[in-house]
Amino acid sequence: MAQDIKISPEEIIKKGQVIFKKTSLLTDKVFSYCPGCGHGVAHRLFMEVIDEMGLQSDTLGVASVGCSVLSYEFMNIDMVEAPHGRATALATGMKRVRPDKIVFTYQGDGDLAAIGTSETIHTCNRGENITIIFINNGIYGMTGGQMAPTTLLGMKTSTTPYGRDHRLMGYPLKITEIVAQLPGTAYVTRQAVHTPALVRKTKKAMQKAIKYQLEGRGTTFIEIVSNCNSGWKMTPLQANKWLEENMLKFYKLGDLKDVGKK
Amino acid sequence: MGEVRLMKGNEAIAEAMIRAGVDAYFGYPITPQSEVIEYLTAEKPWERTGMVVLQAESELAAINMVYGAASCGKKVITTSSSPGISLMQEGISYIAGSEVPAVIVNVVRGGPGLGTIQPSQADYFQATKGGGHGDYHLIVLAPASVQEMADFVPLAFDLAFKYLNPVMILSDGVIGQMMEKVELFDPIPRWTNEEIEQMHGDWALVGYKPGKNKRHVITSLDLVPETQEQFVLKLKKKYEEIEKNEVRYETFNTEDAEYLIVAYGSSSRISQKTMQLAREQGIKLGLLRPITLYPFPYEPIRKLVPQLKGVLTVEMSLGQMVEDVKLATECKVPVEHYGRLGGMIPSPEEILDVLKTKIIGG
Repeated sequence: MAQDIKISPEEIIKKGQVIFKKTSLLTDKVFSYCPGCGHGVAHRLFMEVIDEMGLQSDTLGVASVGCSVLSYEFMNIDMVEAPHGRATALATGMKRVRPDKIVFTYQGDGDLAAIGTSETIHTCNRGENITIIFINNGIYGMTGGQMAPTTLLGMKTSTTPYGRDHRLMGYPLKITEIVAQLPGTAYVTRQAVHTPALVRKTKKAMQKAIKYQLEGRGTTFIEIVSNCNSGWKMTPLQANKWLEENMLKFYKLGDLKDVGKK
Repeated sequence: MGEVRLMKGNEAIAEAMIRAGVDAYFGYPITPQSEVIEYLTAEKPWERTGMVVLQAESELAAINMVYGAASCGKKVITTSSSPGISLMQEGISYIAGSEVPAVIVNVVRGGPGLGTIQPSQADYFQATKGGGHGDYHLIVLAPASVQEMADFVPLAFDLAFKYLNPVMILSDGVIGQMMEKVELFDPIPRWTNEEIEQMHGDWALVGYKPGKNKRHVITSLDLVPETQEQFVLKLKKKYEEIEKNEVRYETFNTEDAEYLIVAYGSSSRISQKTMQLAREQGIKLGLLRPITLYPFPYEPIRKLVPQLKGVLTVEMSLGQMVEDVKLATECKVPVEHYGRLGGMIPSPEEILDVLKTKIIGG
């Protein structure tokens, strides 16, 4: 039975009381991301998770090439910057010599699903006990909006100015579905960060991934379907709407694999 | 005296890794050096010392596993042969550009392209003049025996960690495949994580503990021209130090030599026999064998020039090191090149004939 609770706003939020603050695992460096981009939210969520689990000094990260190439300037932990596509190979090397550390990669779709496809698949297939954060915005953001392996059919980019035509450029690649098939992966999920509810879900997915890594269960893989308002040539609001109406129809949200679920 | 064994060069280098306290080997099979990973996986060093051995899905992955593991301050090594080393060049450039110590072994085979699986020395330019993109140098060691295949592993790591620079052991299919007596050095233990934190905590990724250590980022990226220029100039200073301190070479019968062969690796072994044959015929032939190809022994060669009538370089290539020998002699004495290609190996007699026709008669 719902009770009629009478609490004034002043009782909930007291003057001077901190109800939210930036985690100290994000540096004070101003993000290089465009306003409205999902990278910033994904950075914050992941650093909050590492912070809340008390793992700052036990975590080593791998930055990749793409818009998030400078993620090591924002994430306040020890990191290495990988050559394009090779992040999971570096992470493999790191985890193999430091199995006591949490190791993660943070990669975009060009890095992970085009130039780094081989490393992605083999890392997951070996079941390397690392966490892969994969931002999929369907476009090459940093180089100025060219086609990505994940670009939707018909989608216009600077290298598909008339829309992606599968006869010329093949089909959008669902790499997350591929890695979910591999016995080495323990947790494979597709999330998004453009609404508060989805932000909370993504954070839970990140918590689970790190928990699984602590338990040594194998590769944990989180795709975050995100926007690229600059590359898509939209306002942030238009981009979020377009993401909802197009990206999410093709890239369906939810867990693809969870070894912890009976 | 250490343990003496009859081993292939490839096996010696693998055993030396375990004994040198190496933390991890990442590699991809390729002829003529696949015995390295075969020896390691049979030997199970993860049981002997805790050393990691992993067969990667490609040379690209292998060198990047090296990059990641070496970023943690660990002793990490990979081996390959020419086409595989070409694939690794991107990673090698990043490793050099972020000043991470690592050791790369090239058991050279003939090229270009898929070429041949037979021995060659045609990767000299790639090893000593860059290979990957950007302004950088590898320290390059050229073993000429199975003994040196073993001994150069700890030496390579000493140099890599001293200068925070990748080191290449540039071997070839002859040295990798031939069997010789080798005296193995006594094993040294792997560094503990605590030791790494003490010795290399100023740069290695050990985990950021605010208030207790500095946060480390290993990257070769700097988008600001002014600071990137300063960084490359800092590398230049390091290379100057290396050039000053680390030149290694060996001479045979140079005291009275009128003629000189300059040769490294297996060519230097063959040329030793040529020298014997020449001396028997009254030809005053000496031999200078560069042990470090970078830094190259320019000065020792230059010093010999006044007494020389001619120099022959012997390399199993179209003539690559000969350019450095010409730089060393400053064209004050005739310098000729002789080499066999595609896996063909010159005989001592053949080299002597060339010396007679091209240098002495010429």
